[in-house]
Amino acid sequence: MKKLEEKIFKFLMIGSTALILSLLLYILYIILKKGLPSLSWEMISQIPSGGFYLGKEGGILNAIMGSLYLIFFSVLISLCISVPVVMYLNFTLRRKSKLAAIARLTFDVLFGIPSIVYGAFGFTLMIYFGLQASLLGGIIAISLLIIPVMIRSIDEVAILIPNELVEATKSLGATNYETIKVITRQLLPGISTAVLLSIGRGIGDAATVLFTAGYTDSIPSSLMQPTASLPLAIFFQLSSPIEEVQNRAYSAALVLTIIILILSFSARYFSRRLSKNKI
Amino acid sequence: MEILTETLIMEKPKQVRNRKPGCDKPHIEVEKLNLYIQDNHILKNISLAIPDKSITCIIGPSGCGKTTLLRTFNRLHDDNVDVRITGKLFVDCEDIYAKDAEVTHIRKKMGLLAQRPCSLPMSILDNVVYGPRLHGVRGKHKLHEIAYHQLSAVGLWDEVKDRLKTPASKLSIGQQQRLCLARGLAVEPDIILGDEATSALDPISSKTIEELFVSLKDKYTIVLVTHTLRQAKRIADYVAFMYMGELIEFGTADQVFNNPKHKLTQEYISGGFS
Repeated sequence: MKKLEEKIFKFLMIGSTALILSLLLYILYIILKKGLPSLSWEMISQIPSGGFYLGKEGGILNAIMGSLYLIFFSVLISLCISVPVVMYLNFTLRRKSKLAAIARLTFDVLFGIPSIVYGAFGFTLMIYFGLQASLLGGIIAISLLIIPVMIRSIDEVAILIPNELVEATKSLGATNYETIKVITRQLLPGISTAVLLSIGRGIGDAATVLFTAGYTDSIPSSLMQPTASLPLAIFFQLSSPIEEVQNRAYSAALVLTIIILILSFSARYFSRRLSKNKI
Repeated sequence: MEILTETLIMEKPKQVRNRKPGCDKPHIEVEKLNLYIQDNHILKNISLAIPDKSITCIIGPSGCGKTTLLRTFNRLHDDNVDVRITGKLFVDCEDIYAKDAEVTHIRKKMGLLAQRPCSLPMSILDNVVYGPRLHGVRGKHKLHEIAYHQLSAVGLWDEVKDRLKTPASKLSIGQQQRLCLARGLAVEPDIILGDEATSALDPISSKTIEELFVSLKDKYTIVLVTHTLRQAKRIADYVAFMYMGELIEFGTADQVFNNPKHKLTQEYISGGFS
């Protein structure tokens, strides 16, 4: 009986892993099959020329650069907000404090809010301040989207930090600020995971940038200009009736996947180097 | 490394004791100390003067407030808002619970050794010099010198001299505890506090730590909380026995162990309860 139980659970474990893996591989297969033939140097090194969306010349450099700008600045802003929030939740408030519990619940709810809502919210904010669809609007909307992701994933690691570390540092005569510096060192792997997750969520999201960042064929040169992004490039091209344009959507998807892969691997690499000293 | 080590063996500069002039009290003196956690009265009216340059062991059954008392010495209860403290605690004639007392200055005077060693997330070298760096010591050579002296003082230098740059977490737990002691000594304290500092260690490592305490007592005032009576018998010069938040008896080790005045002490020492 025990043996049967063991076998069933083993089967379930292997089965679910295989299911997820095969789905991932299937998606990659589709993207590669449809996107690879139309992926060319021209595609990633040029901005769209007139008639690009009718199958003529040009590339998606505007979307690539737009997405990179958007994610870079929003991750930077979110880090500046999330790390202090986590420090406050874990080391200023007591672990069992009510305020901290309420804050965590709020972040969980924010985590679950669909991205289109953030887009719409960002849009109303922009109307209120009289902003047009712009890089700035997109950055703000994406920051709103990824701050809860970041806070929750850094928080998961911060909870595990032993109180002894805080006491050990303090008993050497460290001030609160110096203690936080030591804690941050211990948190670094957690922070890099959080950055990774937020990049994944932020860079691939179409709904937040739809209203807030707009879409344009040129690369933005200031925060106030609208910007293109890869998810929207995929969306617009995929809805075209022309097959060649549709295939370009797949190659844009391939580019997006490659960017995420590169960022993931580099984040993992740095995380491993940074966690070398972890206790 | 060889040459560096040679140049490092110089006379250690005399420790600067930042003691107030005209203070002839012992380093630590507790006066009518009461501690409450919410409404629970944890420490009851404790008065105690800890003799300088000797080992004082605080013994008593679990939950009697030994550790709580030890933690009041360097104000580790500060972050807990439920804790309320009345009474006075003098460190070098300075009431550390006075309003204008500066907490980092007080903590600098004592090295704390926790139950489980807690190395900082950095290299072995950085661990030792963390405190000095914090208090403004700069210069590679100087910091190296401090590391050499403190690591030698805890007998760790030969074991780690070739891998000072490796993470401290790679050391064994006994080595880490000695590293923590070296780290504490590096801020040049007068007092060493040990909170069951050997209870997480294997017998050989605990023996090393105990021997270290004995060798350090000429220079430092050492206060240890211990669960093991045998350890107190081995190394204590003075013993404080606590029970239910009260200080029942305080005296020389010889007197407390061989000729206890109080009935409770007698029972505890003879293993009547634990």
